[in-house]
Parts: sequence; C-alpha cells; structure tokens
Amino acid sequence: MIINHPLLGPRDAAEFIYLGDATLIDRPDWQAEDAAEQFYAYGYLRDNVAGPMQELWYHEQGDRSWLVVTRDTLTHEITSVELARDVARSRGRSA
Amino acid sequence: MRYSALRILKEGLTGNKGWKPVWREPDPKPEYDIIIIGGGGHGLATAYYLAKTYGIKNIAVLEKGWIGGGNVGRNTTIIRSNYMLPGNEPFYELSLKLWEGLEQDFNYNAMISQRSILNLVHSDNQRDAFIRRANAMFLAGADAEYATADQLRAELPFLDYDNARFPIKGGLFQRRGGTVRHDAVAWGFARGADSMGVDIIQNCEVTGIDVENGTCRGVQTSRGPIRARKVAMCVAGSSGRVAAMAGMRLPIESHVLQAFVTEGLKPVIPGVITFGAGHFYVSQSDKGGLVFGGDIDGYNSYAQRGNLPVVEDVAEGGMAIMPMIGRARLLRSWGGVMDMSMDGSPFIDRTDIKGLYFNGGWCYGGFKATPASGLCYAHLLAKDTPHEVATEMRLDRFISGHMIDEKGQGNQPNLH
Repeated sequence: MIINHPLLGPRDAAEFIYLGDATLIDRPDWQAEDAAEQFYAYGYLRDNVAGPMQELWYHEQGDRSWLVVTRDTLTHEITSVELARDVARSRGRSA
Repeated sequence: MRYSALRILKEGLTGNKGWKPVWREPDPKPEYDIIIIGGGGHGLATAYYLAKTYGIKNIAVLEKGWIGGGNVGRNTTIIRSNYMLPGNEPFYELSLKLWEGLEQDFNYNAMISQRSILNLVHSDNQRDAFIRRANAMFLAGADAEYATADQLRAELPFLDYDNARFPIKGGLFQRRGGTVRHDAVAWGFARGADSMGVDIIQNCEVTGIDVENGTCRGVQTSRGPIRARKVAMCVAGSSGRVAAMAGMRLPIESHVLQAFVTEGLKPVIPGVITFGAGHFYVSQSDKGGLVFGGDIDGYNSYAQRGNLPVVEDVAEGGMAIMPMIGRARLLRSWGGVMDMSMDGSPFIDRTDIKGLYFNGGWCYGGFKATPASGLCYAHLLAKDTPHEVATEMRLDRFISGHMIDEKGQGNQPNLH
C-alpha cells in the first residue's frame, strides 16, 4: 500500500505504524458522570468497519506525523490522507 | 457409513460403487432448537459435540459459502498447547487431548501427526521465560521438554546456531504438538454432525438477527427466516459484521494474516519449528511443501490478502534460523481474516441478549482450538454455564479487569 502523505507525497505503508480507528481522536471527557463506561468503550470496543474506514497511521520512519487515512478495509484502497492534527482541530480537539 | 480398512477393501472389489456423499444437503426447516451461524471448524465442532455429548440434535449450521471455506481451510495446521496463563492453558491442553482421540471419535482420517513443536530460544532471559512457561504447562497436565543447543544440534543440524544477531541457545519442545490435515477436520466434524441429524445448510447467509424485547428469536437468511430457541455466533473473522446485526460492538478488530507454501521438497523439517526472536513458524506438509507464516500485516482488513512488506519480513525470519530454505521457491501465498481481540485471547460466552451466544476472538490461534472450542461452546449452549476450562473467556472481562493477555501487550490488537 502507498500512503499519499499530505506533506511528503507517496510513501510506502511499511514506513508507518498502525494504531487503529480514527475515532480514537475523540477521547472521552474524564470528568463525565459515566466516564468509566465511556473509557471502557473507548479503550476496548471497536466498530471494526468493513468498508471505508478512517484510521490513524504514524509516520515513524519519516516525519513522525500522525495521519488520518481513509482506506477501504475490503479492498485496501486509500481514498484520502489528512494530517491528524487538522482532523483533530476541525473536531475541536486541539488548539 | 462407517469407514474402515475392511470397507475400503470391499469397495475396491466392488467397483467403488457404494460410497455415498458424506453429508446431506437439506433445506432449512422453519425452526430449530439451536442455530449455529458459521460452518467453519468451530461451528461444525460445536454442532458435533452438541449432538454427541449433550444429546441436542435439532440443530442447523448456517454457512454463507461452503463449509470449511474460511479460516479452517486457510491456516498453517499447527496443533499445540504451549500456553502459560491459567485462563488459557487448561483449555488448550483439553483441545490437544481431544485432537489425540479425534480420528477414532469421529471415524475420519484427519492425518493428525504429533511430530512435535519447537520454540527456539535466543537469549538467557528467553530461556528463563520458556522454562517458566513449561512449568505452567506441567501444571495443566501438558508435556514440555527443554533442549540445549547441543541437544538440538544433534536433532536439527540445519539450524543457524551461530547466527551473529540471534544465536540459537536452545528450545522448548512440546513433543505432542504437530500438524493436522485442516480440511479433513471440517469434513470429519460435518460428517459426524450430519450423521446424528444436524442440518448443515450451505449457501445460506444470515442477513439479520431477530431480537424481540431483549431476547433472540431467530435469524433472517438469504433462504428465508428461521426461528430458534438459541442462536450461536461462530464466525471468527467476520464477528464484527455479524454481531452488528444484533447491535453489538465487540472488543475485536479484523486483521489479515498471510501464510505461504513452497514447492514440494524431500523431507527436511521433522516437526514444527518457530523462531523466538522474530515471528516465523514452519512445518513440512506430507506432500513436501514447507508451510510457513509470520506476523499479521497489522492493519484492519477483510480482504483475505496481504501486502509485500510482511512477505519480506517472514522470509527474513525464515532465513535467520534456517538458511537452507533460501533456495526453495514459493508456490502459493494467501491471507485469512483474523478476529484480533483486545488481549489476544478468545471469547466463548453469552451476550447481553437472551438466547444469543458468542464464540470468536481467536486471533491467529483458532485452528488448534477447534475441538475444545466446539466442546466448550456446546457445553455453554446446552447448560447455560461455561465449561470448566473456559470460565475466563468472557466477553465482559475488560470491564471487570480479568484480561488473559499472554504477551502483556495491552489493548492493541495488532500487537498480539
């Protein structure tokens, strides 16, 4: 698989470390009433998408950026690559 | 029809006209006591033990494709019980004991060959860890045997003992481990279950799970609705997709694992050998091909195929311990979809929905577990209490903090 890095261009997926579903950006509020349940779901339960899935890849052997890659888990086709920072900011997660 | 040497002789003398199809192809009935979703090794074994051990025979096994077309036909056929944790080891040892009597039990030749498994050791720390594991195996009644490098040199002269980076210091044998003809496992269980009245329904995809007021009443399928008192999911690899039909999210990700076979060679590798510093395991099939594999690719996938970086990594692992295989040519490679769980261990449990049960999360160790998984799942379905060796394989263990994490990697499925 080739990941088209927004800053560095096309890179071999072997340069990256895979974390998982990009919903991991949406860390629950630790002060919420049901924080324990929310963190259980956050830490352990997965949608395990069959089809296009947003996921977090870390460019360890490159510029060490975190990327949100939209990739079809049925075909391995990659349709979009964004910096995770930009995705997190657009969701109000990061300054 | 019972298979025996006499039968072969008789059929041979009468033109082989007496052989019959090994199982029926029934149409689904409107209602069953138990529906098993998934006609793989585990689902067929569950049906077999439900009928044989627990006397429940009004069962349907629903398979979307053909039986044995999933992971039971896509693995590297290794059986062993060299686990460590108390939630796992008694279960896998029961499985190995069931393998040892399986061919007589279901009267089918599964070519079970206890040719041993050897886990190589490359450092002092690893030796200590493996000896600890051997002691844990003894506690569960399994066999284990530590061999020094000198002992191994006599038995396996082809290993690269003096490798500069990962010298081989010794290894842990489980002599009762070995390999099995994997397809025959599916066929043997299917034949056994069918002969006791279980309906094995192929080309029947489950498209919905009927839940009324928190109770499961049956399933919708591509061949119409079927009602049941109990519905048992058994679809490792597709667990997330099937469970989603009942509104469940699971502590599982689906990943792809590749496996490889070389051209046929004369006998060179006597048992199963695994690399202790990288991830590589190899055995030689009875046809002569070297059957080997390594790590999962590491990203979520349902594609049943992987990518080249892992092929390279696996090949490097093989070359690191046995350079002699470098001239063997690769004949085939393929991928299977694995239920990778959050602690690397499986689930055999009830769900929050009454009458709906779950078996899955086998990571890439499901094949060796096939008989015990079937027996324990059958026990759960028949008695509504877990079998004594499967009490820790709970779906809610991450809430209660009772993980069964053999590798101590935490909740990162692609590291197990």
